[in-house]
Amino acid sequence: MKAFKFDWFILPLIGIAVVLLMWQISSKTWAKELPTPHKTWEASKDYVLKPFEKRGEMDQGILRFTWYSLILVAKGYAIALIIGTPIGFCLGLSKAFTKTFDPIIQVLRPVSPLAWLPLGLVLFLGAGKQASELGALFTIAICAMWPTVLNTAVGVRAIPQDYLNVAKVLKLSRWKTLTKVMIPATMPYMFTGFRLSLGIAWLVIVAAEMLTGRPGVGGFLWQEYNALLYEHIILCIITIGVVGFVLDRLMSLVESRFKTA
Amino acid sequence: MPYLELKSVSKGYGSNGSRTEVLRDVNLSIEQGEFVAIVGYSGAGKTTLMSILAGLIRPDTGSVTLEGREMSGPGPDRGLVFQNYSLLPWLTVAENVRLAVDQVFPEKTEAGRAAHATEFIEMVNLAPARDKRPHELSGGMRQRVSVARTLAMNPKVLLLDEPLSALDALTRANLQDEIARIRAQQKQTVVLITNDPDEAILLADRVVPLTAGPNATLGESFIVDLPHPRDRKALNHSPRFRELRRDISEYLLRSRQDRHATVTRKLILPDIDPEDLSVPRNMLGRTRPLRSSEAREATVEVSS
Repeated sequence: MKAFKFDWFILPLIGIAVVLLMWQISSKTWAKELPTPHKTWEASKDYVLKPFEKRGEMDQGILRFTWYSLILVAKGYAIALIIGTPIGFCLGLSKAFTKTFDPIIQVLRPVSPLAWLPLGLVLFLGAGKQASELGALFTIAICAMWPTVLNTAVGVRAIPQDYLNVAKVLKLSRWKTLTKVMIPATMPYMFTGFRLSLGIAWLVIVAAEMLTGRPGVGGFLWQEYNALLYEHIILCIITIGVVGFVLDRLMSLVESRFKTA
Repeated sequence: MPYLELKSVSKGYGSNGSRTEVLRDVNLSIEQGEFVAIVGYSGAGKTTLMSILAGLIRPDTGSVTLEGREMSGPGPDRGLVFQNYSLLPWLTVAENVRLAVDQVFPEKTEAGRAAHATEFIEMVNLAPARDKRPHELSGGMRQRVSVARTLAMNPKVLLLDEPLSALDALTRANLQDEIARIRAQQKQTVVLITNDPDEAILLADRVVPLTAGPNATLGESFIVDLPHPRDRKALNHSPRFRELRRDISEYLLRSRQDRHATVTRKLILPDIDPEDLSVPRNMLGRTRPLRSSEAREATVEVSS
């Protein structure tokens, strides 16, 4: 089909319309409990139109919940990057380090956030009221770390020998070689890792909030499920999806700034 | 006493089983201020020789001495211009040069170092491009940046590793003239490695052929007694230039022909291959030597 003038705008709208139609049909036929798009909107209106209102601990505008979730994600993500990047560098630089820790990393990497969270809560049991937040941070950090670790390691291994030869001929000190040559050369790989990590951190936050019942998008979702308010579940799913999409776009913008020829 | 000297240098790659000697018994002595060009086939070990001169790799035997001191590693006293430019793509032209200047002249003031870098960027006529990044420059411009970066280190010896081989013919001619000009200005000791005998004769005081590898070594020197500055147009008509070019080409061709006198013969080996002890042993235990029947068919080349 030939591209027409507003295809970038019209075609996605058609896609949305198709999905809404299927949703409508489903809720009328085989999934009677599923609220229709209209009912969902009616029930969610308050949360969307007054996104920052706070009526109670678990009854707040949707962006306010998102904000809580984002703050927690930001903290956990920061921990993941601060720990993950140096580990990635060590893996990339040292064969012995790789041989020592690679098996452990490969085993820990596929573990689900749902499995980490209870351990996180146990670890910070002594923290009292803080336990759920620290547990959630632990889970986010440990789950989101791996793409950063592995991509940084690949990036370090992929540094062209020519750049290292330049450093050798100039007799750059180890520290200068690291900061002036190796880190800039690894940047593009690191940012790919950072972007993947952010995606995972956002996935984990929902699970973590659901299990701990913290105020946030995930906690809200779980509470409304228990309260049989199914409309709000759909609202939460859409919010989570949109926020994840926006985060990914922002990261790829940052990433493209660091792409060197 | 020679300024830069290579004494019976050899270098090989690979371990016992499949070892190839790239360079064997290479001797070269260069006087201060001399421009020596080493001409050889591609794959003959030219870059290996240059890496040894620069100290990036260590020879298996023999020694490299500069001003009588033995060299053990790389350093800014031997400025290497890489074949593929090796500019850092995230730095601008000026920053690439500054990286070298800052490293070699830490005692100078900030302004002094900036002026020093600018001087060399201007020397290679790149002042308008000083804030561009390497990917915005043409191949010829990148190589000029690389030359500027190297010259800015004030090296005792300038090592040019096929600096122009990746450029088109016109740009190459242009840069050859520029190298000749800079060299006349700086009076530096230069070692140029190239696969182009014309380029070697045009620029150098002495041309040394590198015979075809493996086991490449340096042949007898050809002194280029043509007066500087040399004009490439006039040179084409100079009988001495043509004579030199003929001699060098013939020498190289002959060295190659000698190599061709090898036969390929299949050898029937005993049923057990010797174990290669240089291969690291398997973690799970000693590996058994391979039986020939399990090994893939091997063709062994034997020089007659």
